[in-house]
Parts: sequence; structure tokens; C-alpha cells
Amino acid sequence: MDTLAGLAMGFGHALTLTNLGWALLGCFLGTAIGVLPGIGPALTIALLLPITFSVPATGAFILFCGVFYGAMYGGSTTSILLNTPGESGSIITSLEGSKMAKNGRAGPALATAAIGSFVAGTVGTIGIAFLGPIVVELALKLGPAEYFCLMVLCFVTVSAVLGGSALRGLTSLFFGLLLGLVGIDLQTGQPRLTFGIPELLDGVNVVLVAVALFAVGETLYLAWRYVEGKQQVLPVGSIMMSKSDWKRSFWPWVRGAGIGFPFGVMPAGGTEMPTMLSYYMERKLVKPEHAKEFGTTGAIEGVAGPEAANNAAAAGILVPMLTLGLPTSATAAIMLSAFQSYGIQPGPMLFTSQAELVWTLIASLFIANVMLVVLNLPLVGLWARILKIPQPQLYAGILVFATIGTYGISNSVVDLVLLYGIGIIAMFMRRFDFPVAPVVIGMILGPMAEQALRQAMTISQGDWSVFVTRPISLAILLVAVAALVGPRLYGAWVRRMAA
Amino acid sequence: MRDTQRSDLGAAVFVLALGLLSAWQATVIPTTPLYAQVGPKAIPYLIAAALVVLGIGLVAAALRGGWSHDLEEVQAAPPTNWRALTLLLAGLLANLSLIVPFGFTVAATVQFTLAAAAFGSVAHARNVAIAFVVSLGAYALFVKALGVNIGAGVIEALVFGDPG
Repeated sequence: MDTLAGLAMGFGHALTLTNLGWALLGCFLGTAIGVLPGIGPALTIALLLPITFSVPATGAFILFCGVFYGAMYGGSTTSILLNTPGESGSIITSLEGSKMAKNGRAGPALATAAIGSFVAGTVGTIGIAFLGPIVVELALKLGPAEYFCLMVLCFVTVSAVLGGSALRGLTSLFFGLLLGLVGIDLQTGQPRLTFGIPELLDGVNVVLVAVALFAVGETLYLAWRYVEGKQQVLPVGSIMMSKSDWKRSFWPWVRGAGIGFPFGVMPAGGTEMPTMLSYYMERKLVKPEHAKEFGTTGAIEGVAGPEAANNAAAAGILVPMLTLGLPTSATAAIMLSAFQSYGIQPGPMLFTSQAELVWTLIASLFIANVMLVVLNLPLVGLWARILKIPQPQLYAGILVFATIGTYGISNSVVDLVLLYGIGIIAMFMRRFDFPVAPVVIGMILGPMAEQALRQAMTISQGDWSVFVTRPISLAILLVAVAALVGPRLYGAWVRRMAA
Repeated sequence: MRDTQRSDLGAAVFVLALGLLSAWQATVIPTTPLYAQVGPKAIPYLIAAALVVLGIGLVAAALRGGWSHDLEEVQAAPPTNWRALTLLLAGLLANLSLIVPFGFTVAATVQFTLAAAAFGSVAHARNVAIAFVVSLGAYALFVKALGVNIGAGVIEALVFGDPG
């Protein structure tokens, strides 16, 4: 199906009252949790997974995508008004945004972030709609051997390329792969890594791990380092942007979206790199008369660009998720497991076997973007008030809901012990700078990679050379190797040149 | 040896131990009678081996000086807040031990109050009230609206009649 016909069908389904309701609920919830420090979209979608038992797939995914996009909008509010970024993608936004807020320009900063998010989200969603079918065409030519290599590439980029250290990133990844192994082996029915505990035969639940990493671990870490004191929420003021604000924001929005989307699409994932690039670009390109605002009173370009890049990258992440079934962020990984709980396998077949679902989802992303800009601009005062929920009750509430989400899976105390145990590990991971996203991605993608590997081996009758004799799989593996050693070789080369 | 270096070594040894533990678990996977090109043991061995190698790498990194002292967050970190951490862990333990005999609402209320106290709240009576209302509301939402059982007990039976 071509893009325009698909979109027409998608809008037809998305504009029903029920689906609009799901989108609105998702946007509202997403913005709220994006605003609240300490909870992000991955945790929220994980906690919402139980609705997959009672809600049709389309409604549930519209809700999830609303949460996903909404959290991006909400995150910028926190980073501007509190100067504590809610998630990694808005670290850069808080650089200039909080400076603008301190100088009484919180309103325009929030407005340019919201409108920039809208521009970038729309550009990104158009990108999904047109690029998706093309990627699918290519992906249909891939066999299990190529798929396995793609997953290896994904593993390498999410763990070893981004973040502080390849050693620690890979450790996180393998911890996730290990968790993914627990339970009955699907092909042969043998129990693996269950320590003889019957509750582990079904495997470790994804919700449990996500909640442990993002809620329990985070709360424990905050308690470990807790210093009493109140955070100050800066006043919003008028959100009206002046004519010059508009003029100064427009090109940064466009450039930010242009940088962000390709980064999201590439299996490297992550929103840190594009936001950083956009920030430095705007800093270079800014008109000389505004250059001194950077780092002093806060330059609007430094909010508009990175915020657009952040949203476009987030939209881009949906391309490999929907077309290849490859999640490159923790949130995408949780969404992938939601697909699995409906018995739907994301991948190239999704666009044909679930065309209605996919196009309704894409249409809903456009609708969500419109809803979000409407929700965010006039209601910004409401979101700012959410920031005033006192920390003790907020974190206590997060813990209680984390427990509900986990205990609800199977009413088992073993699950709670696992939840708190992994939570304590997550606290130490945070302290020792081990990234947590590779754990979730490894856990969800690991079993799929193992299956692809075994299928490839069955087809090749046990000949391991298939991975290097098939040209596409060899090429993908070479890219993975380059991604792993390239930055190190380059670093060594730079050091040698400097010496 | 610096403090941060010693704790880095601890983290590295933990990873190494995790690798060895999973290697042991891989050896006890029963050999399958079914034919398979790649059996159920291959990947577990591979992952265990990778964790052992990574653990050794981390131990080496720790012995060469560690990595934590370079982290801004560790340099700027306030001292460990033992009071908060203990109260929070007590909250987790309370939930673990109360949820089966007394049900979700009681367990969640105790956990909420302890966690709020960990983060410096002193209005304990008010927290109990908030926790009670929030968790009973959440119980109603999950069990009645979504059909997900989250643990019925004393309070739930009183409020909603039938348990579960």
C-alpha cells in the first residue's frame, strides 16, 4: 500500500471518537509524566501494559504513542522550569532554557520548545509515513542470517557507541541478555537459568525489569543521595513569543528536525547526540547580535533547535521499531513487548499483515502532535503546578504504583523479590555509571536474536560461515565492528597526532 | 587505594561473579533429546563467557585506578543518606511481608508512609491518609476497571465485599 492511501485509511480509523479519546488520554498522561521528574515514558508504558488484556491493539498503541510523544513535550517543561532535565534528551534544553527562565523569559522558552516539538514531531511523522514503506521493501529481502546481524549491530550501537564506556555499556547489555534467557527455551522446552525456582520457568517479566530499573532503582538512588531542601519552580509568565522570537526560532526548528530524524532512524538511537549537535550548530549559526545571549541570559535558538532535534529523533526511533522490529531505545523496547503480548511480531510483515493498525498509528501520531501543542501552550500553568507535588509523596507514590504494576502480573511474591533485587542492582548501576537502557533492549531483543541465529543455522545446516558469505549480512557485521572499534582507533589516532 | 577505586573493584567483582553464576546455571541446563543445530546451551554459555570477560575487563579497569572518580555525579555527590536509604528499604521489606497476609491496601499504605518519611516528610498521619485513599483508589481502578488482580486482603474485603 502506498503512503497516501495508507494515510487516508489511517486517518479514517484514527478520527473515530474512541481512538481520539485514546490519543487525548495518552497525550495528557504523557505530558504529565514527562513533567514529573523521576518517571519517564518507558516506565509509564510498562505500567500501562496490563491494559493490553482488555483494550484492542489499535487503542492501546495510540495510547502508548501519545505517552511517548507527550513525554517529550513534558520533559522540556521540567528542564526549563526546574533546571533538572527529566530525561536525557532534554539535558541540552535545560542549558539555555533554564537561563531564559531565570531572566523572566520562561514563557517564550516553553512556547518555542512546544512549537518546535510540534514542527519536528510533524516532520518526523511525515518521515515515518514515507520512509517506513521503503525500509519495509528492503527488509523483506532479509533472511534470518541478515536479521541476526542487524540485531548484533543494534546491540553494539546501543551499548558500546553511546554512553561513557563500551565496557560498562556492554556489561549492561549482557545483563539484559542474561535476564532474557531465563525460563523455558522455546525451541527445545528445556528450563534455563531458573535456579530450580518454578516461578522463573515463565521467564522474567519485562514490566518487572522496566519498573525495577526505572522506578525502584531510581528512587533508591535518590534516597541514597537525598539532601533535604525544596526545589524552586521558576514562574512561567506570559507564553507569548515576540516577532523576533518567532524569527529566531524558525530555522533552528527546521534544522533541529533535520538533524534529529536521521539520528533516530539509524540503529544508533539515542537523543543525546542530535540534541548536542543541534545546540552547537545553533551556537555557531546565531546572528552576532544574539551570540552573547548563549550561556548568559539564555538564547532562544539554543532551546528551539535541540528541542526540535529531540522530538524528531524520538519520531525517528519508531521507524526501525515498526519496520524491522528493532527497538533502539528503552521505550521502543517496551512497546515492542506490547506488540508481542498481542501476538503481533513487529517487522517488515507488520505493514502488510497489520496495515490498518500501522497506518492508524501513524495518523494518530499526527493527531497527537496537534493535541500536544494545544494541551501544552494554554495549559502550561497546570503542568507547572504538577511540578509542585512535594517530593516525598511523589516518590512514595511512584513506589506504590511500581508495586501494583509488578504484583498485578501474577500475584507472586517471588516477582516482588525480583523487583526489589533488580532495583537494588539498578541503584548501583546508576552509581557506577552503567547505562540501563541496554538492559531493557538486550532483554527484549536477545530472545529474538537467538531465534534468528538458530533459524539461520537450521537453514544453513550448521554452517557458521553464512554470516560472512552472504554479502548483506557481512556488510552489516562490518558496520557493527566499525562502530565498536572505529571510535577507539580514531581516538588513538588523534592522540598520536597530538603527541 | 582510593575509596572510589575500592568500590569500583566491588562492582567489577560483582559482574565477574554474575558471569560465573550464569556459567554454572548454563552447565545444569538439561541436554535436549531433540535435534537442534544450536542447542539450548550454546547461547547461555556465550553470554556467561561474555560476562566473565567483561568482569575481568572491569576488574582490570578498577585496578588501574577505577572510573568513578572521573564521574561528575560522584564528585559532586552528597554523603550517603543512611536514614533515607534505611527507611526506603524498610518500606520495600514491609510491602514484601504484608502483601500476602493483609492484602494490597495495607501493604501499600505502610510502604507509602515509610517512603515518604525517607524523603523527609514528617506529616505521618496525613501520609497514611493519602496512602490509604490512593491505594484503595488504585485497587478499585485495577481490579474493578481493568480486571487485573493486585492482591485482595482485609481492607478490600471490608470495602468491596467479596475478596478478589
